[in-house]
Amino acid sequence: MTETTLSHPDNRESTTFTQEELGWLPWLEPFPADQLTERHWAGLVDASRAKSPYFLLLARDPDVLQARTKTDKDIFYNTSNGLPRAERELAATATSRHNGCIFCASVHSRFATQYSKRGADVQRLLDEGVDAHIDSRWNAIIEASVALTGTPIAFGDEQIKALRKAGLDDLEIVDVINGAAFFNWANRLMLSLGEPTPPAKA
Amino acid sequence: MSIIISDVIDHLAGIRPGSSLDRLRDQRPQARENAQKSYRALFEPEFPGEVTAIERYAVATFVAGLHHQPHVTDFYAAYLQEIGHPRLTDVIRAEIARGSAEGPYGRYPQGPLTVEDKEGLVYQVAADNRKSLGSRLATGLEHAHLLVFHPRDASPAALQKLLDAGWSTTDIVTLSQLVSFLSFQIRVVAGLRALAGASARESADPDFTQIFTGVLASGAV
Repeated sequence: MTETTLSHPDNRESTTFTQEELGWLPWLEPFPADQLTERHWAGLVDASRAKSPYFLLLARDPDVLQARTKTDKDIFYNTSNGLPRAERELAATATSRHNGCIFCASVHSRFATQYSKRGADVQRLLDEGVDAHIDSRWNAIIEASVALTGTPIAFGDEQIKALRKAGLDDLEIVDVINGAAFFNWANRLMLSLGEPTPPAKA
Repeated sequence: MSIIISDVIDHLAGIRPGSSLDRLRDQRPQARENAQKSYRALFEPEFPGEVTAIERYAVATFVAGLHHQPHVTDFYAAYLQEIGHPRLTDVIRAEIARGSAEGPYGRYPQGPLTVEDKEGLVYQVAADNRKSLGSRLATGLEHAHLLVFHPRDASPAALQKLLDAGWSTTDIVTLSQLVSFLSFQIRVVAGLRALAGASARESADPDFTQIFTGVLASGAV
């Protein structure tokens, strides 16, 4: 079978960071939805993800997808203790902004806004970039995420000291590390396997 | 490898059972367990598909090396050394040096973000190493470099190069997951190591110890 890439000549890619809802088009053929086996369904974790071309494409390697998704969910949704969800989403947004993932930044900036009720501050991170000066606690989380996102990695004593000064304990710092590290995984998949589509006009 | 490693992130970050970081990691048990499951799905897969173990470990050694994380690089290089041609690890190490860069860089779609475009190395495997690695693995390393340093330059054309070099669509998904997972794993390891280091230096700091001992004596803890 000859496999080819998919192109979307009519798509107008989003050219700015936004909190609006974007779509995503794959550059490779997703796994056919009508041929999913039990192992693929397990990989998708939530049955609703079978509607997403992104998850159907990743379902071609279902065991990795399943473990990826469960790692993601615990890092972001397990809020019985540790860093508030809003600030985990802030770490995800800062990482996505720094790597340049317009799609990931759109999803997680919306979550950051929803959980923090600070949409204008979140928008400043998108508009001004990771050097935006917001407040000492958010700055420390953004700077730590950015330092961890650099290659080579620049995260160390300076960032940890700033996080502690901003009131984060070690479990909360581990949540920042996990959140930023996870988006270095997610950004690379999202950026390299397809492209975002503009927000649907209401 | 003779030793059984039950959790690779713990192993690479030097986290011992019962330590403070061990307890902190246990607060996110699903994330911890599934980071390990991701590692196993990529490096000890039940259904390996068409991506060989040599390709997986060669790319992993390369990616860890690009991150300047010697202990992670040595971990993957040790496996590669066991299963690959004796000279393969040397070739990968030479390519790590050749691919050295600082990321993230890359271009945005033409528009207001264009002012943030940042140029950087567009890496290609050295011609003589391309011959010894073969076109498929060499193209895989070039794609790994793109994902590590400038993922926003990704394009259908970059994926077409992989298809042309013999990677199937499913192989490309596995390769992309491998590089992206490592970008996560290496950062968790580096972050936890930094946190352990900062805590160790603080407890070795006489001023900090004095304050802490004073707090303990006061019964405030």
